[in-house]
Amino acid sequence: MPAKNMVHLTINGKPATVPEGTLVVNAAKMIGIDIPVFCYHPKMEPVGMCRQCLVEIGRPVIDRATGKPVLEDDGSPKIQFSGRLEISCATQVSEGMVVLSNSEKAVRGHKDILEFLLTSHPLDCPVCDKGGECPLQNLTMRHGPGTSRFLYDEKCHLSKKYPLGELIILDRERCIQCGRCVRYLANIVDEPVLCFQERGRSLQIFTDSQPGFDSIFSGNTTDICPVGALTTVDFRFGARPWELCATASICPHCPVGCNLAINERREARSDGDIVIKRIMPRQNESVNEIWICDKGRFAYHYAESKERLKQPLVRREGELVEIGWDEVLSYVAENFKHAGKSLFTLTSGRLSNEDLFTLSELNNGLGGKSALYTHMAGGDLVAQLGVGKGTNLSDLGKETAILVVACDLHQEAPIWWSRVKQAADRGAHLVVANPRRTRLDRYASQVIRYPYGSEAATILAMVNALSAKQNFPKAPKFQGDAGVLKSAAEAIYSAENLIIFYGSEGLGLEGSQALAQACANLLVVTNHVRKVNNGLVGVWSRANDQGAWEIGFRPLPNLSEAFKQYEAIYIAGADPVADDPSLAETLRNAGFVVVQDLFLTETARLADVVLPVQPFTEREGTYTNGERRVQRFYPGVVRNEFWPDYAVTAAICKLVGLNVESAPLRIFSKLAARVPAFKELTYPLLAQVTEQWPIVGREEVYYGGTLYANHQGLGAQLALPSQVPSLAWPALPEVNHPEDTLLAVPVTILYDHGQLVFRSTLLHQRIPQTLVRLNPADANRLGFSDGSRVKLQLNGSPLEALLNLDDGVPEGIVVVPRSLGIPLYSPSVVELQGA
Amino acid sequence: MAEHILLRHRDIPGIDQLNTYQKYGGFEALRKAVTSMDPDDVTNEVKHSGLRGRGGAGFPTGLKWSFIDGNKWPHYVVSNADESEPGTFKDREIMEGNPYQYLEGVAICAYAVKAMDAYIYLRGEFWQIAGKLDQCIQEMEKAGYLGDKLFGSNISIRLHTHLGAGAYIAGEESALLESIEGKLAQPRLRPPFPPAFGIYGKPTIVNNVETLTNVPAIISRGAAWYRTIGTEKSPGPKIFSLSGCVNRPGNYELPLGTTFRELIMDHGRGIRGGHKIKAIMAAGASSSLIVASEEALNTPMDYESVPNLGAQLGSASVIVIDDAISIPWLINKTVHFFAHESCGKCTPCREGTYWMRHLTERISSGQATMKDVELLHEVASQMKGKCLCALGEFSIEAPMSAIERFPAEFIAVTSKPNA
Repeated sequence: MPAKNMVHLTINGKPATVPEGTLVVNAAKMIGIDIPVFCYHPKMEPVGMCRQCLVEIGRPVIDRATGKPVLEDDGSPKIQFSGRLEISCATQVSEGMVVLSNSEKAVRGHKDILEFLLTSHPLDCPVCDKGGECPLQNLTMRHGPGTSRFLYDEKCHLSKKYPLGELIILDRERCIQCGRCVRYLANIVDEPVLCFQERGRSLQIFTDSQPGFDSIFSGNTTDICPVGALTTVDFRFGARPWELCATASICPHCPVGCNLAINERREARSDGDIVIKRIMPRQNESVNEIWICDKGRFAYHYAESKERLKQPLVRREGELVEIGWDEVLSYVAENFKHAGKSLFTLTSGRLSNEDLFTLSELNNGLGGKSALYTHMAGGDLVAQLGVGKGTNLSDLGKETAILVVACDLHQEAPIWWSRVKQAADRGAHLVVANPRRTRLDRYASQVIRYPYGSEAATILAMVNALSAKQNFPKAPKFQGDAGVLKSAAEAIYSAENLIIFYGSEGLGLEGSQALAQACANLLVVTNHVRKVNNGLVGVWSRANDQGAWEIGFRPLPNLSEAFKQYEAIYIAGADPVADDPSLAETLRNAGFVVVQDLFLTETARLADVVLPVQPFTEREGTYTNGERRVQRFYPGVVRNEFWPDYAVTAAICKLVGLNVESAPLRIFSKLAARVPAFKELTYPLLAQVTEQWPIVGREEVYYGGTLYANHQGLGAQLALPSQVPSLAWPALPEVNHPEDTLLAVPVTILYDHGQLVFRSTLLHQRIPQTLVRLNPADANRLGFSDGSRVKLQLNGSPLEALLNLDDGVPEGIVVVPRSLGIPLYSPSVVELQGA
Repeated sequence: MAEHILLRHRDIPGIDQLNTYQKYGGFEALRKAVTSMDPDDVTNEVKHSGLRGRGGAGFPTGLKWSFIDGNKWPHYVVSNADESEPGTFKDREIMEGNPYQYLEGVAICAYAVKAMDAYIYLRGEFWQIAGKLDQCIQEMEKAGYLGDKLFGSNISIRLHTHLGAGAYIAGEESALLESIEGKLAQPRLRPPFPPAFGIYGKPTIVNNVETLTNVPAIISRGAAWYRTIGTEKSPGPKIFSLSGCVNRPGNYELPLGTTFRELIMDHGRGIRGGHKIKAIMAAGASSSLIVASEEALNTPMDYESVPNLGAQLGSASVIVIDDAISIPWLINKTVHFFAHESCGKCTPCREGTYWMRHLTERISSGQATMKDVELLHEVASQMKGKCLCALGEFSIEAPMSAIERFPAEFIAVTSKPNA
């Protein structure tokens, strides 16, 4: 971004030099002066509603004739004050400005406004969840009047418990009408489901969505609410903030890698054990800024589920029975050693880098075969063409083009959606290529609609559109609006930066690999490689998929074959049978099967040995996010009866005679020594922090909200290989979609029937039943309506689902959400019948 | 009685019919502007006329037009017909009696600021007037005074009416713009002002009905003629809405600078029932109370002189208070009005009017002490200068001035506590 001119001013006598356009309230914050605010939030445009941030502002008097400042007798510039207080949140700095937030008048102003706010406030701090981390409480202590002149009997009384949705409760008495929640939803995430209604003292927050507060970002409003008006059902009356410890963590649910703080305390209710009370966002301006989605905030409850495996299980006479750790580990080691080269390890991006590396040590040591459980490929290309070091979506604006292809970021990586949307708001050229309508479309400069199956061909056609400039071999025939393609390609070519997000909408392994290659070609021919704010990002379905690719894991097209072929099968962090019940039979007849998981999954039920492990909340490790940032997480809850994945695998390694590390720090050092991309990384490096703007955290709760500051590390991005990969011509997968047939395509949604999220009852109302989506025209033709029950004939086996009509779905297509009970890997012709 | 310039229907019956209006020179100003004047010439003519906004602020109209941002398009004109100030009923009479002159003024303004669309925002209770205006707009379109290719030029101008839903605050220009956009009528933070950032974020000129009704006369007869009416700094005619304790309330079109005495005693035929005049509210409920001294009665009603009395001319809705009216009762009424109409967006107004309402309620019903009166004054002064828009600032005018200028009445209601 172009450097801005600097402006000089003084605030309370203290000199400040800040960029042009800075708001006075922020300029003060930058030099350590706190001006009280309620409605202003540094992530949002000012609205000047609460009037709390009043200051006196003086400006140099300019002689109209000469255009020069008028000087006082002592040679200092003459300053003129306007006589009335101004709001510092909506006033930009100007040269020579003199700001006073501590003058008698300003101090009186702060007190006056606080007195007004408190006239209608219930002052129920002793029973308020926000008490202890409440901006109103803190600012009242600092700036407010000591007593109230308002008659208690004249206070207005309103609803103390108004559920906006099933997750967020509004206390109308506490609300001070600052509108932070309304503006966050409308302007930052474009889910304007809250609004003001009525007027005057009756002005209230309402939700007008059905269901109420229908947003996947609802929890964030409770963080920025400056009073105890908005609370989550999760934390409401759960604990007092000062009793809580905060542990740094990383969200394990999607490839964004949001930084979290786990708030926990010991509770009598749990026999003095440590209990998680809530999950809060932790600031990382390069990753999640100060936000997290509701899945990240509320899904953690699976970790305390009673259904979690407590003991290792072994199959005796056909039944899984409990067994001791020593015994089971020897049993497993013995079998693995016996299998030797015939050991097959299946794992997924649910596991940390340390877990995966230890698994690879076991495999390499025994000479076995490993595979990554995923439906999406291309991580090898992301490893070569990922975004450059220092990339930050918040920095992107006019000079940048962003291509989002074959994914619905809103559902697959919510924080990326909001950050890409905001980049488009700042002027970034956004190209959205997807066969069906997604929420990002309305922010796109160009929307490219291609038929399912033409993902890679579409991107290659864009490469081809630039062929006059690049002399690239001609792309295959593409059906679609070539004009849009060409202008999108031109915009991408001329943009200074290009970031491509590619996903797996309607794609299996083969299709996503071809798409990744096509995207790689586009980056290479437009020379958007190996640079900051440029590169390829995979929209994976798991937190550490990219890490798995970097460490060397690759997917296998035919799992069933592998299950038959190998003597011993070690499945860690994957549940293939739940996704595809047809694998059950193969696995039942397979050799020695070990499943390592949190729960007795469908796959685990068929195992010979089941090994319990710890969830992310109880252990440490690192994840590599989609932007190839490696970030550390720490144990919030200590439960010694469980082991983390890497420790279980390391114990097996030792028993088979392999020399491996079992402490995460040492595992990571070894990983860094072994895998070139990790070469420069160490645990201490990942734990480093630099100053971030806005300044947030406990002391600054009035300014940024109740989220946590980052003192535990911003992580670090993996290095890119020095050579740029050469262009490759991917084999284009064919999708067979005869006319007058329906094509079922798999897509990813946020709340699915995945075994973790499903166990958090808080989210149950958001998790749909097994459903498919269809264009209303097709439904009409087939005689279905919204909400019909339908039977799908997919590869022979009939499955029942609810039908949702969606005119964003192209005709002839049946959208099948993944992990919702219908196994579908890649597009496939389907028949729909009434059920 | 001199000729009416704004309330012409009082001189010419049937001027609310298109052909009658035409017969009396109607639409000649629009024709003249479109066919023989540059848009900037029109703006300059209005500037030279010295016309000031009649909605209350008195801002020079031509100057406002010249502020329109020429780098952003399209431009819009919005006419504020939300007329909600208690005691103001002038725009209603114009629109009912002389609608074509008003609509011609809107069209000329649109031409001057290069807007193709103009919105007329009427308060919800004016639904019948909106229907009438819609009819007039249709007639004008049929007659070729609105629509495309006006008078053979390339100019297109269209007018649209829009009904509010019954909020005083919607008359505040930025809240009005929000309301047209379909949002809750809450004022916007300014700057930017509407000529730079108006409806849908586009440059917009917002003018009151009466202001625009002056425009055809200015264009037809020229700025110099216009300046012969009224005072030097406040030229032109003004409709004074006279109400309260007078014998003959109503709208009076008089030159700016006419004295209170002439309006109240001559045109209004004096105070009803032999009572004595006690106070004057010159700008509806938003007024401070002017003590009706001889000096005050002799003060000319223009934008410069009224402030000398510690008041504002505003929209010139003159409410006369006689000695039968209790001042504490009066401010209780005005404060109730503002507490009811506050939009609630900014803290001092939302909480301050609510608080003041409780205080004035107790004071006027004799259940308060002098301490409460002092507190009322403090609460009001605590609001002063801190509100987001003028509504909050105006809400304190009556109570503060009442306590300062009529202390005896407060001492009286607080000295004998009500059982």
